[in-house]
Amino acid sequence: MEQRVLPYLLLLPATLFLCVFFIYPFLLVAWQAFSEGGSFTLEHFQTMAGHWKFSTAFWNTMLLALAVVPVQIALALLMATLVTRMGSGRDLILYIWTIPLGISDLAAGIIWLAIFEQTGFLNSMLAGLGIIEQPITWLSYQNKSTIFLAVVLAEIWRATAIVLVILVAGMGLIPKEYYEAAEVFGAGPWKRFVRITLPMLRPSLQTALILRTILAFEVFAVVMALGGTNLPVLMGETYVWQFDLQDRNVAAAYALVILGISIAFTLVFLRTLRVPREAQP
Amino acid sequence: MAEISIRNVAKRFGDFTALDSIDLTVADREFMVLLGASGCGKTTLLRIIAGLETPSEGEVWIGSRRVDHLPPRQRGIAMVFQNYAVFPHLTVFENIAFGLRMQKLPEAEIKRRVGRTAELMHIGQLLKRYSGQLSGGQRQRVAVARAMAMEPDVILMDEPLSNLDALLRLEMRAELKGVLAESKTTTIYVTHDQVEAMSLADRIAVMDKGRIVQAERPIEVYRNPAARFVGSFIGNPPMNFLPARKADNGAWRVAGVTFEGPASERDEIAFAIRPEDLAPADDGLPAEVRVVEPLGPHMLVTCDVEGQLFRAVLDSDIDLSRGDLLRLAPAPERIRWFDPETEQSLRMH
Repeated sequence: MEQRVLPYLLLLPATLFLCVFFIYPFLLVAWQAFSEGGSFTLEHFQTMAGHWKFSTAFWNTMLLALAVVPVQIALALLMATLVTRMGSGRDLILYIWTIPLGISDLAAGIIWLAIFEQTGFLNSMLAGLGIIEQPITWLSYQNKSTIFLAVVLAEIWRATAIVLVILVAGMGLIPKEYYEAAEVFGAGPWKRFVRITLPMLRPSLQTALILRTILAFEVFAVVMALGGTNLPVLMGETYVWQFDLQDRNVAAAYALVILGISIAFTLVFLRTLRVPREAQP
Repeated sequence: MAEISIRNVAKRFGDFTALDSIDLTVADREFMVLLGASGCGKTTLLRIIAGLETPSEGEVWIGSRRVDHLPPRQRGIAMVFQNYAVFPHLTVFENIAFGLRMQKLPEAEIKRRVGRTAELMHIGQLLKRYSGQLSGGQRQRVAVARAMAMEPDVILMDEPLSNLDALLRLEMRAELKGVLAESKTTTIYVTHDQVEAMSLADRIAVMDKGRIVQAERPIEVYRNPAARFVGSFIGNPPMNFLPARKADNGAWRVAGVTFEGPASERDEIAFAIRPEDLAPADDGLPAEVRVVEPLGPHMLVTCDVEGQLFRAVLDSDIDLSRGDLLRLAPAPERIRWFDPETEQSLRMH
């Protein structure tokens, strides 16, 4: 009897926590998005989608994720390979590379603002080298592509380390013998990477991709710091509707859209990067 | 032609000398077993030949090429690893085909070779499975098939049977011997199991503390150990050793019995005899029985000869019990002598 009840008893605190702090607020938000005066309505979604900024914000968010995440994965793979091969000093390099993780996203945005603003480091440097005579306003509303680029750079700088940490841990789990076997049987460094590292790293790549993509859809503070409202993104619009336009219902609808995209992409990654049970080590 | 020649190879890890000036030549198509206790350097030597480890000094030649500066993939070798290293994310077919794909062989040739080696190793029905769906013995077969499919000049095997249970090991041992005898490869095989070494090898290289103590045919190694270590390591139970003191006329006294022996400057040398080369006789060495272990075809008798542990393998129809006094005569042609200082064998003139 006790044996049967015990597992549920142990699960209870976590379940309660989830219910109170996640599921209940989520249901509230969902209800807010779908209701008006106590009855079901799609009106808020229509307001959201009908606003001229919605599709811009949607596509900006998507394009940002598309530009940032693949570069981060590629970069993290390269860095993880380097770190894994290092002997001494490996931990030091890893710590240095993960420093940006400890900086909040708003602070990271401000750091890059200091580089790109009119009196920033980039302009002083270019002027110092004599390349430009007048400072360039990189982040003006006329220069949307440079704002976009600046956000991409800042995001890569800020959040590649989390992918790196996941991949380094994953690479550490691949037994050395597989590499030795591959080497003996004719695989050079690139072939070993493609035929051994990548396939055996699939679970870690999956985790990293899901985590990074979800975070990329929630990009906010860096965009705010560098572009203000010149580069609308979904999370920014949620903020605007909630606090500037004081319309909680439309803000809730935005939140649900972000949630929906996140779930959709997570499902895609879960499916495409699944390791079949029989092929698991 | 794939003669392997190891010339003055040494390997040091910091202060520790894993291999000390190894010289060894393995003839084309020879089956050479590196035998020794764990930590003797046998796996390090194999890994140096494979290219997975670089020697601190010395040269490795395969055929007419010096290979010690080449990466493993350019050495024309295949290897079977102790833990098999069968890739978990590939099917059995793709595992066996791995090396062939790296050589970019045509698909038809890959199919033919995989099919043939899989058939040879009796895993033809498992080609679509993954490593996780195989038993230890089947994984072992895949690892061997992957090596055989390369049709390499040289196959290196690192304790390939040590992770199998006893029965399977016996079966695989016989099978490996058959398969490798038919192929035309030179094989270097590392093991700590002397029975495996005896049964498989054309020649056994016995290693101890980073050196090759003796490299000869199994029966030579067994009958004429080059050093005391070889006699005490090979044979189950191992050789018996007793001190022999110098007597008149170049003879030696062992436990009160006089034997003809080798010439030596020393006053005391070591007398050695294998347990199965003893028989009860009136003029033998005086022995007090300590333990009697009947083993079916014969019995193992552990005795005390002049305070030394002494084992004899005797006919099981002799009636013996603890405390009995017995005289054990060694077969004269099987007696061996060792120098107590150098531990090397002393030959009769």
